[in-house]
Parts: sequence; structure tokens; C-alpha cells
Amino acid sequence: MVITVLFFASLADAVGTRELSLAHVAGDTVASVRDRLIAVHPQVSEFTETLLYAVDEEYADEDAPVPAGATLALIPPVSGG
Amino acid sequence: MLIRVTPERLNPEEAIEAVRRDEAGAVDVFLGIVRNTNKGRAVDHLVYDAYPSMAEKTMREVAEEALERFDLTDSAVLHRTGRLEIGETSLLVAVSAGHRAATFEAGHWLVNEVKRRVPVWKKEVWADGEEWIEGPESLGMERAPATMRGS
Repeated sequence: MVITVLFFASLADAVGTRELSLAHVAGDTVASVRDRLIAVHPQVSEFTETLLYAVDEEYADEDAPVPAGATLALIPPVSGG
Repeated sequence: MLIRVTPERLNPEEAIEAVRRDEAGAVDVFLGIVRNTNKGRAVDHLVYDAYPSMAEKTMREVAEEALERFDLTDSAVLHRTGRLEIGETSLLVAVSAGHRAATFEAGHWLVNEVKRRVPVWKKEVWADGEEWIEGPESLGMERAPATMRGS
């Protein structure tokens, strides 16, 4: 099973894509997926200080579980309005 | 309750009609407008990115919270995406209630919460460059260095 990772705004520009798939590992959390992602796309580490996360469209903490088949969104500080 | 994230132009009349009720004596409408300048720099246009499904879900949560908190009759929250020219409407909020005080308070609160929580981003485009704006009011910015929060 895989995890879908979504990127937006400045982070999508930095990574060069809006979506990618990663293999799911048993026990995955937001932080573990993010760290595997940083190994492939080191530029993500420049964003982590202010990054928010959402698992299946709900804001989630770094230690929240990411189940197989889930969508993890990496969310830079929002600026709508 | 009218909730929408859309690349189409926002129409205030539609939002007003969506929240209008015979028992509601007041409707408050807020329009967020694309301004031609920011921090002393001339803005040519804005480009809005969004996570549309989560943005609509979050807007609905915020609108439902507002209904309860301010005893509203109904509410509408719409956000536009894509390229917006100067003077166009990026955010449209309309709320109705029995009396005006609740609508003013609810409108103010709703706009603040949208700016804090809804996954939408604006990019400013100038004559000589562009930049994604990181909202100083965004969730998560309390972790940022003070310089990034503009304080």
C-alpha cells in the first residue's frame, strides 16, 4: 500500500510537483513520512519550522498515525482571504 | 449553508440570497478584494492556490462553529482560486441573524478564522517578480521566528 503526499504553494514550487506516492511502512506517523520525504527531497527541510500537516483532510500533529492508503498534505502557513 | 472554493467569479447577490430568511432582520456581507499594493510595493495580480476539498471542509467547520457561537440564522463562505486581477473579490462571507450585532461580530470572527485555518495561499505577482505569501495569522506561525510573523 502507498501514501499519497500533497504539496501546495511555495512547497509545490520547491519540490517541483503537487503530488507523489510513497510506500507505506508499518507504524508510519506524520514525522516518519516527512523524514523519508526529506531524504528524497531535502528542500522540504527548509519548510518544516512553519509547516502544518493534514491526514485525510484533518490537521494532524507530527506524531499522528498515517495509515496505509492515507493522504498526507504538507501545508505551508495559509494566506487566504 | 453555502460553502464553495471555485475558480469562478464570486457573486455577492448569490451569497445574500443563500442566507436571507424571513426571521433574519440582518445580513452582513464581507468582500475580500485584491488590492493594488502591499507593503509599499505595486501588485500586478494575485494567484490563489488551494487544497479545495480540505478548504471546503474547513470552511464548513468554521461556518458551523459561527452558527452556534453567534446564534446565526445561516452563513455563506466562498473563496476564489486561480488568477485574480486588482479589484476582484477573493473571499465572500455572508451571515444572517435576527439582529445586526450578531452578524457584525460573526462576520469579523469568520473572516479571521478563514484566514487562520483554511488551506488557501496567495502569490503576489509584481512587475519584476513574485512571492508566495505566508499568512502572519496562519495556524503554525506561532512557531515561526518573530521576523516571519511581522512582529
